[in-house]
Amino acid sequence: MQLRTRALETILIEKGYVEQAAIDQLIETYEKKIGPRNGAQVVAKAWVDPKFRQWLFEDGTAAIGSLGFGGRSGNHLVALENTASVHNMVVCTLCSCYPWAVLGLPPLWYKSAPYRSRAVADPRGVLRDFGMELPKDTEIRIWDSTAELRYLVVPMRPAGTEGWSEGKLVELVTRDSMIGTGRPKHPGELP
Amino acid sequence: MNGGQDLGGTHGHGPVKPEPNEPVFHDEWEKRACALTLAMSAPGGWNLDMVRFARENRPPREYLSMTYYQIWFAALERMTKERGLVSDDEIEAGHSLYPPKPVRRVLSPGDVAKTLHRGGPTERDTNTKPVFAVGDKVRAKNINPLTHTRLPRYVRGHVGTIERVVGCHVFPDSNAHGGGENPQWLYTVRFDGRELWGADSDATIKVSVDAWEPYLSPTT
Amino acid sequence: MNGAADMGGMHGFGPVVPESNEPVFHARWEGVSFALNMVTGVAKLWNLDAFRFKRESIPPPQYLNLSYYGLWTTTLEQMMLEYGVATPEELAAGHAIQPTKRAPHAVTAADVANMVRCGSPYDRPASAPALFKVGDRVRAKNMHPTTHTRLPRYARGHTGEVVRIVGCHVFPDSNASNAGEDPHWLYTVRFDGRDLWGEDSDPTVRVCIEAWEPYLELA
Repeated sequence: MQLRTRALETILIEKGYVEQAAIDQLIETYEKKIGPRNGAQVVAKAWVDPKFRQWLFEDGTAAIGSLGFGGRSGNHLVALENTASVHNMVVCTLCSCYPWAVLGLPPLWYKSAPYRSRAVADPRGVLRDFGMELPKDTEIRIWDSTAELRYLVVPMRPAGTEGWSEGKLVELVTRDSMIGTGRPKHPGELP
Repeated sequence: MNGGQDLGGTHGHGPVKPEPNEPVFHDEWEKRACALTLAMSAPGGWNLDMVRFARENRPPREYLSMTYYQIWFAALERMTKERGLVSDDEIEAGHSLYPPKPVRRVLSPGDVAKTLHRGGPTERDTNTKPVFAVGDKVRAKNINPLTHTRLPRYVRGHVGTIERVVGCHVFPDSNAHGGGENPQWLYTVRFDGRELWGADSDATIKVSVDAWEPYLSPTT
Repeated sequence: MNGAADMGGMHGFGPVVPESNEPVFHARWEGVSFALNMVTGVAKLWNLDAFRFKRESIPPPQYLNLSYYGLWTTTLEQMMLEYGVATPEELAAGHAIQPTKRAPHAVTAADVANMVRCGSPYDRPASAPALFKVGDRVRAKNMHPTTHTRLPRYARGHTGEVVRIVGCHVFPDSNASNAGEDPHWLYTVRFDGRDLWGEDSDPTVRVCIEAWEPYLELA
């Protein structure tokens, strides 16, 4: 694959369809700059700021946009609220649609057949693959991203974090908790 | 199309296997394949719906045994060749052999950040009104197009409830095949898990999909 | 299970490509694979439904990339391991290493002739009258077992007409898990193509399936 990709890249650059520097910048952007830390900031703010939280659930695109996040795979954002009785999970059964703008590029498991096939039919089994068990009467809502809406799960704020700053709360928000396949960290799990 | 990609509800793929500390890209070539795909949509003149169809439109045995970025790359190769931007002998040679075709736009490095930030919003203005309202019961049609659609097999024929009227959005079934954007009203439709998977299945499951109006019919 | 074998209505496989003067077996190993599977039936090592379930459980990427007899051989290997007929070491070595755990009935050429002549009928005496009659409109249930079933996805939830009462037959959904033959009434059900594939599809198409009573409900 290395050689094939190199060949295509060489041809396209030689013909002037794309510049090397643009390729490099795209790679740099998604490898280093845009990632789950964006989404964690959104969640942390929702945990401390009730007005932002309300705005986030009413108009995800605008509220998240106010923090400077949006654009590619983030033009139409919907925030999903986890509560004591409802747990949300996000999947794209048909390909790999994922809220790049707030989470970066998706992990391999999200794009692979086991998750795509089972999340909509056996979410509890999938959560067990992540070592997570939910109470048996919790309603599980799975959102299949079939259009350009991109979903961000807002997990519940962990106990024992009263008075914490946004900056400190960001450290608790895991990527998987924003997809719905994990929980945020406990205060005790921070180094 | 009812291709290898329509995976919702299928069995036999084994457990989900998260990789701890997974890197964004597993190989140098994956980075290139990803970046080239993003960069080539401007000169290629194609839209995201065409890209998605190019990825899914292959024998299921290929789709299911290729890795994620192998599929991206295969689609990129196919689309650049289809549009006469590269040829088989050039790919074989590993470098350009013929003069380039003129293209309308090229992504310059200076425009990368701006382009990513703009993204690709799909909402469009319309004079039409949505047929359905929040709370309406609707049935997902039993359509089986050979062409691109975003209505997964597992919901077809089933009854759900309109949860949200999203807006008027570019319609992929049309946009993927040169039929133009043809924007249609888009809804979030919620299905009870038992409606999808059977009366004996987990009663706590609800599945929502985003479905355009042509996918839905009223229940009477 | 909704595995790779459940292909009805799927797209992307390309045109049907008939091979002119196709031999029965493309290589001797195919014939051997075929014969070995027939033999295991005669020797009653496992039942056909269990074998089918094992075959369709092959993960889709592997299933779709194996040839037909490649599937049979792969399944045979897995059944031999599961039923204690061989160990992984023996399969790797290519010969027996320890005494067999289950003494097989050594299948002879005479047994084969008999098997070919008689087959293995699946009909069984009925313990209750048939629920449905010819002409009844029945709906195929929307069931999604992860275990073996012979109700294809494309039929589930759709309504058709009973056109034949076949008889009382071994029920694969049960037999495949070795939970017993549990025979049920078996029907031929005919569906209108437009019910299966949509209003705009070919109106001249009718699809018939054989469906056991537990798959159906009165529409």
